[in-house]
Amino acid sequence: MSVADFAFYLFALTTVVGGFFTVMARNPVHSVLWLITAFIGATGLFVLLGAEFVAMLLMIVYVGAVAVLFLFVVMMLDVDFAALKAEMSQSLPIALLIGVILLVEMGTIFGVWHFADGAEAARAAVTPALDVAHNTEALGQILYTQYILLFQLAGLILLVAMIGAIVLTLRHRTNVKRQNVMAQMHRDPAKAMEIIDVKPGQGL
Amino acid sequence: MVGLEHYLAVGAALFVIGIFGLFLNRKNVIILLMSIELMLLSVNINLVAFSSYLGDLTGQVFTLFVLTVAAAEAAIGLAILVSFFRNRGTIAVEDVNVMKG
Repeated sequence: MSVADFAFYLFALTTVVGGFFTVMARNPVHSVLWLITAFIGATGLFVLLGAEFVAMLLMIVYVGAVAVLFLFVVMMLDVDFAALKAEMSQSLPIALLIGVILLVEMGTIFGVWHFADGAEAARAAVTPALDVAHNTEALGQILYTQYILLFQLAGLILLVAMIGAIVLTLRHRTNVKRQNVMAQMHRDPAKAMEIIDVKPGQGL
Repeated sequence: MVGLEHYLAVGAALFVIGIFGLFLNRKNVIILLMSIELMLLSVNINLVAFSSYLGDLTGQVFTLFVLTVAAAEAAIGLAILVSFFRNRGTIAVEDVNVMKG
């Protein structure tokens, strides 16, 4: 077994085990940590496949942003997760049944499929050789030319998601004192304070 | 030698785990969202595996877009979850019935 094969089995096992414990873990925080494990395994698989750019993107976007977002939400919500988990054993048989059926269905495909005769000729963007352009460069060259519209639309989707998330979670609490910058800037010493000449021994 | 089938098997296993998680954690929306992320990850593994073995970069471009949509979906889903929790004090799926006529 070569090093690449060993690395594949290592990362594949990491991914699948991480995914399995994501759905099985009792504590949602552990779930998120297993999810991160699965993402790291998938990153390794992508590097093995020669898709370095997507691999690093997965690391930054998923592990760095999405998983941390999950972690924040899990820790922010004060939910009794034990009560939610209590009914897990109830739904285990049907979940297992559906899972096994789906696995068998997918397994039956593996024996019989093959690439169509015209598959090689029908490629839309042939990967250039490594000495011509590396992965990131080749990806950039088609992303910014052929797929520029989709690229911009992806940016738009992220903008809409960002605005939507802010609108959904922003709330103005009443009875909280807030800073009013304009009022502070327009304060006048003459109106704000008064100097009183206090006589000794008399007080006010 | 690791072939395309090996990667497809990993993708299939991850997808099935995602479906399994959806049915197993029917109450907990956070785990449901994580299961959806797992399923999208398995789709990405399939896309990149085919892209690599066929020598076609389009699969990786599509993976970028799937990644974008998955990130947006996670952000919106969690935002809805947070605002729902503030209003109802629970995240159980059965209690999501405000829009029922």
